[in-house]
Amino acid sequence: MRRDMLRLLAVLTLGLSLAGCASTREASLAEVRPWHSIKEFRDQRMADVADPWEGFNRSMYRFNFNLDRYLLLPVVEGYEYLTPRFVQKRVSGIFNNLSELRNLTNSIFQLKGTESATTLGRFLTNSTLGLAGMFDPATSFGLARRDQDFGKTLGYWGAASGPYLVLPFFGPSSVRDTAGLAVDSGITYGIYTVVDPFAATGNSLAYSAGLTALEGVDMRHQQSFRYYESGYPFEYYMVRFLYHEKREIETGKALPAEPDP
Amino acid sequence: MCLRLLVILILVCLPLPGHAADPEYGYPITGSYEATILGTPPALMPELPARIPLRQLVLKVLPDRKTPAVFFYNDGLRCTLAYQKKKAPLVFLIAGAGSNDRSFKLMTMMRALYAAGFHVITLPSTTHANFIISASRGGVPGDLTEDAADMYRAMQIAWEKVSGDIEVSDFYLGGYSLGAAQAAFVAKLDEESRVFNFKKVLLINPPVSLYSSVTRIEEMLKQIPGGPKKQGVFFNRMLSRFSEFYSYGNYVAINDDFLYAIYQEKLFSREETAGLIGLTFRINLAGMIFASDVITNSGYVVPKNRVLKPDDSLSDYFLVSTHLSFYEYLNEYLYPYFAKQQPGLTKEAFIESLSLKSIEGYLKSSGKFGVMTNENDFILTKAELDYLRVVFEGRITVYPRGGHLGNLEYRDNLARLVGFFKEAEVQP
Repeated sequence: MRRDMLRLLAVLTLGLSLAGCASTREASLAEVRPWHSIKEFRDQRMADVADPWEGFNRSMYRFNFNLDRYLLLPVVEGYEYLTPRFVQKRVSGIFNNLSELRNLTNSIFQLKGTESATTLGRFLTNSTLGLAGMFDPATSFGLARRDQDFGKTLGYWGAASGPYLVLPFFGPSSVRDTAGLAVDSGITYGIYTVVDPFAATGNSLAYSAGLTALEGVDMRHQQSFRYYESGYPFEYYMVRFLYHEKREIETGKALPAEPDP
Repeated sequence: MCLRLLVILILVCLPLPGHAADPEYGYPITGSYEATILGTPPALMPELPARIPLRQLVLKVLPDRKTPAVFFYNDGLRCTLAYQKKKAPLVFLIAGAGSNDRSFKLMTMMRALYAAGFHVITLPSTTHANFIISASRGGVPGDLTEDAADMYRAMQIAWEKVSGDIEVSDFYLGGYSLGAAQAAFVAKLDEESRVFNFKKVLLINPPVSLYSSVTRIEEMLKQIPGGPKKQGVFFNRMLSRFSEFYSYGNYVAINDDFLYAIYQEKLFSREETAGLIGLTFRINLAGMIFASDVITNSGYVVPKNRVLKPDDSLSDYFLVSTHLSFYEYLNEYLYPYFAKQQPGLTKEAFIESLSLKSIEGYLKSSGKFGVMTNENDFILTKAELDYLRVVFEGRITVYPRGGHLGNLEYRDNLARLVGFFKEAEVQP
């Protein structure tokens, strides 16, 4: 199974580089300067985000598009076809409840007392009354979900986002948020190792692999974003801007004060 | 999507209390710009089915067109079908400028019509990159007659694709904004070809003259400090105000409460709100200019003969294209293209042809039209609104407020939309 995955990934990656070759072979006519060019405009760039690795990021963006198209979305569609919506919602609930651990550790890292207590309350309520997260009674008790991750923690303590980065599978990110993702995954892995929920089964590895796969499917199932769906030629910049700005705002970083007009 | 992007940034979906001065009409937002950006508060939308059976149609409209590598993701013209399992009328819906077949407004209209028992096919605007790349024979959008011909062809191909799977009793047509003006021209074409023989055609917030409407939108950008050439500065300033407001207010998330607060606190002045609408228009226009330039290899913003690769940076083209006004597009690109094809065509005559007035006789005489618009739709002058009232006498509904399309999702408006297609046909 794992080897098949690798082979598929190789095909996808190869497909990318071949497509690149095909397009460079055309065009032999001399280029002519366009009617309008960047030189005539003296204006700030709108929605600008530091992106020194744009070439790499764009190819990753395209990789994710292909990954979605040939692997993830067919799997997600199969999952949605086979399981009743009721089951899908419960599965999402369970994984969302587990990710409260990430919210909790990070609100503690940010020394946010009330928020940590709320998140802990949510986790305990939904794990018990909510049957392992399948239902969400906590929200109706007034305990609102507060999404946290280590990227936000780093941001909270003053780390800048660093350049934009598009990750395979995970999509839009930044240098800081990628480091955050690594730390969060490490912590989650650590908790699983200590708790070892499948120890009794005698085949712990297979179970956690299956669980991780289901988590990935559920993640894509919950996410409605589709690469290039807008059809807008400058979608890459729009997505980059929205991701960056959302993260900046959520880590509580206001932009520099309004410049004079 | 792009139209939505700024909207998301500013304010969407307010849970507004439903107070209104006019007891007859309950749409609450009085300002035309605010209504345009805010749309309709969810509590005032009708209950529509959340999930309906949809099929994504990907059509090969131009078999000979080679898709440029930079548009590798474009696999054909994207239309969406919502289908009934029984015989029913089919409504074609045309999107407004810069929007695709899944635009929020189209999907709402589609759900309302589906719930009332219609089949629906939504089509992207001829000004959307997907249409330019996949279905525009000339590759230069903006001429109502030529765009309508492309649109009519696309509809026929969409119909061929689904005709084996659904049972259709009659064909209807609708469109909003630019799509409404195009629907009128498509209807006229259909009078001659009779492929669909449309029984009813609904125009929602149509412009009368494209030139006049665009002028009014461009004016909105002129009000920003430094004018349109400093739109980047303006945008960044609005953005930082938005962020500061968020961080000082200790909001949980960017949600309805936060957006409502922005509206209540009047974070943006009337001029600034207008500027943001104008900017949204420019961002859409940029996608159209770039796609058209690449398809036709005109050397307008991309060097002639340059072959863009899938991973090439488009950052500079983005900046350049968003800074071009509609006038520049018209004078330097659109008009010269048609003047070359029709020698002797003056610019004045060309501009006049981009208007409902050029098919006035037909619009007046045909009983199949219906119009919905608003008293304070800023794309119309007072004289143009009066013109619509005269031409479509007895067939037009003018709401007291709603700006440009802000009230489209309001329950009365959607009921009117459905009612128009449900009513017995008007005999000519």
